[in-house]
Amino acid sequence: MSVADRSRLPLVSRGVRLLLLALAGGLSYAVLSLPDQRVELSDQVSANMAASGVHNPVTAVLLNFRGYDTLLEMGVLLVALLGVWSLGTAVAHRRGGPGPVLSFLVEGLVPMMILMAGYLLWVGAAAPGGAFQAGSVLAAAGILLLLSSKRLPVRLVGRPLRLVLVLGLLAFVVVGVTLLSVNGIFLQYPPGLAGGLILFIEAAATLSIGVTLAALFLGGRPDSDT
Amino acid sequence: MNSGLLYALTGVGLFTLGLNALIMHAHLLRKILAINVMGSGVFLVLVALGGRVPGASPDPVPHAMVITGIVVAVSATALALALMLRVRAATGKPRLPEERQE
Repeated sequence: MSVADRSRLPLVSRGVRLLLLALAGGLSYAVLSLPDQRVELSDQVSANMAASGVHNPVTAVLLNFRGYDTLLEMGVLLVALLGVWSLGTAVAHRRGGPGPVLSFLVEGLVPMMILMAGYLLWVGAAAPGGAFQAGSVLAAAGILLLLSSKRLPVRLVGRPLRLVLVLGLLAFVVVGVTLLSVNGIFLQYPPGLAGGLILFIEAAATLSIGVTLAALFLGGRPDSDT
Repeated sequence: MNSGLLYALTGVGLFTLGLNALIMHAHLLRKILAINVMGSGVFLVLVALGGRVPGASPDPVPHAMVITGIVVAVSATALALALMLRVRAATGKPRLPEERQE
């Protein structure tokens, strides 16, 4: 960095700060001046809750009314993992097992977390919870296992791992295409079956989300893969 | 001013702070963290505005968007970190090369 640069830098950064302050002021004004009456979306959601198959409005929006969005987001997760995998193999983990504290914690916590994920998945039909929350807890359990130097057995790394990774997207697409061929509208659940279909998709999505996030933590393709 | 608006304004503040760090720091890890702070600000604005009418039940649509958004942000961060490690492995520095004309 030359001398001229050094003397210019504070001026530039002051200008940037001023611009950012103006931006913050503008955004705050936009937030404060929003009209009170909302778009009628939440009224539509509560009017159609009976047909959604679940009792929790957030789950109804995620898996039923805006199922498209969630389907594509499962795709985004998969694409992110493909990106990470295409950049190289996983960083070699350090040799030597975990300390006594970590292994004690892992043995105690991981079964509880799997139980917790199952509970969150089930309770999502009626209360806050659902596939994304359950999947995150599952991913945390997987990361704990990775931190304590546990790895998948080699025979599970190839096809079985990939099958679990695409399971959520696959279940979504299979349900969507089946419904498309039955009643002509993609992801339009019949009200009687909606609850069961949502639970099916969510169970598959939970597994996929959990395993995908844990695989992302690994930072590359599993090494036995090449 | 109700608490929902306060949360929304806090979200605006977080977004601006994150943007400041994104512009000011060359280190890619700081940039990735800054984008995460910006994202948290956006999520906070969305959730807060979903519940800004006192007494009414919160709007579930922005909440559903934020739930998926958080998971997508985590996966995008993982991809960004992997890219950063590749940049460091390729150039030896965890920052983007600077454009210098002279």
